Amino acid sequence: MDKFKVLVVDDEPGMRMGVLRVLKNYEIFFSEFSETISFELMEASSGEKCLEIIANNPPDILILDHKLPGIQGLDILSQLRAEKKNICAIMITAFSSLEVAITATKNGAFDFLAKPFTPDELKNTIDKAVKHTYLQKKARKLEEEKRQVRFQFLSVLAHELKSPLAAIEGHLQLMECKIAGDSIDAYKSMIERSILRIDGMRKMIYDMLDLTRIESGNRERKIATHNIVALAHDALDAIRIDATKKNLQLNFEAPSELLLPIDADEITIVFNNLLTNAVKYNKMSGTILFKITRHEDYLSIVCQDSGIGMKKEDVAKLFGEFVRIKNEKTRDILGSGLGLSILKKILHLNQAEIKIESAEGEGTTFTITWPIITSLA
Amino acid sequence: MIEKTILVVDDDYDIREQVSLFLRHKGFTVITCEGEVEATKTIGAVNFDLAILDLMMENKDSGVILGHKIKKKNPRIPIIMISAVTKETGLHFDAAIEDEQRWMKADVFLPKDIRFEDLHSKINQLLSK
Repeated sequence: MDKFKVLVVDDEPGMRMGVLRVLKNYEIFFSEFSETISFELMEASSGEKCLEIIANNPPDILILDHKLPGIQGLDILSQLRAEKKNICAIMITAFSSLEVAITATKNGAFDFLAKPFTPDELKNTIDKAVKHTYLQKKARKLEEEKRQVRFQFLSVLAHELKSPLAAIEGHLQLMECKIAGDSIDAYKSMIERSILRIDGMRKMIYDMLDLTRIESGNRERKIATHNIVALAHDALDAIRIDATKKNLQLNFEAPSELLLPIDADEITIVFNNLLTNAVKYNKMSGTILFKITRHEDYLSIVCQDSGIGMKKEDVAKLFGEFVRIKNEKTRDILGSGLGLSILKKILHLNQAEIKIESAEGEGTTFTITWPIITSLA
Repeated sequence: MIEKTILVVDDDYDIREQVSLFLRHKGFTVITCEGEVEATKTIGAVNFDLAILDLMMENKDSGVILGHKIKKKNPRIPIIMISAVTKETGLHFDAAIEDEQRWMKADVFLPKDIRFEDLHSKINQLLSK
């Protein structure tokens, strides 16, 4: 239940009373938003009083007579317009006064009521004005929320990019003052670490671009028939070097071929995300089981690692942007914190679902249920 | 002159290594910790003359918590708080306001893009007090 404030301005008490009486117990129901609007009513007998009320307690809707003893209705309109006030104004005009109507429109009046009007005419006009105002309010609120989300995203991004920058800059400072002597060889680890941190930043920027493209809907989806098993092999090849460094055992279970209509880029991002996490958060000499099974109308994709696992409360946080579970075990693992939010958005596009089972110190299993598209509509 | 010992707590491997390399080079003894948990143990077990703390580690306020623990152990140990947190994130701590400084238990605040020479002169100032 929302209450709209309506201010009725007319120097004739009878007119004000008539309008107030019609609106007093009037309610409007918007089925689209399942919202009922009722009214909080205010009245003013002069233009001066009207401006005073607007300054202290601005109404949503203003029902304004043009002919007033002091400041005229049209002057009030142009003043509101100059001050960029978000008030929906309905002008009460004498029946024949076309000129006033035109000037009022130019000054931003939303609608007119020609004197004399019936209660139904008043209600009709109010209905339109309320609808207009309600949608405007909603749009403003959405815009504000969007602005907040964008601001938060950018500020967290800036913060996340500053850490690697600080690290790289630190290495350079130490090299500049030749802290380890004249030989370049003494700086090998600093150079390697700098390159590693730069790679991390680059990955973060790419992830962020992916996320932005997916979110804005600007990325063109290309559904075509692909061999999903071959795509999975590509993703496995991409992690093989890092897996070998950790001496991980990679097990892949899938049919030899699975030809299905799918967006190859999207499923590849999903595979890459699951597998790189399974490597990054694994223990030395651990295992990864990657399994794709075809069911009648869905694929099941399972990625199970024998890694460090997570606490229950951390699992719940996992899909937030830039969320990285920070603890002594994950401290030295680099990541953008965006991978899983990208994954989630892609799953959403494909109406796929993900389930996470994790036990601290034992490992994590991601299970994706991916509906198979049957027609290339 | 007796070598002074500095405790460095930062969860960023690179920053930790850089600060300790630099400080050792300047003649200090350095103890490093990777986070709040490890540092809490160290604070209770080891003596040191100054602490350099990263503000945000496992928790958003890890640095503040450690600061309190250090001042409780010995209020005369100076603390330098390092933070990447800035105004833009809406989380801004300004040590210039005496009240916040008291609450944060830090003697000096430095931004994360550390100038090592600045850090050195701040340490010397704090230790000569």
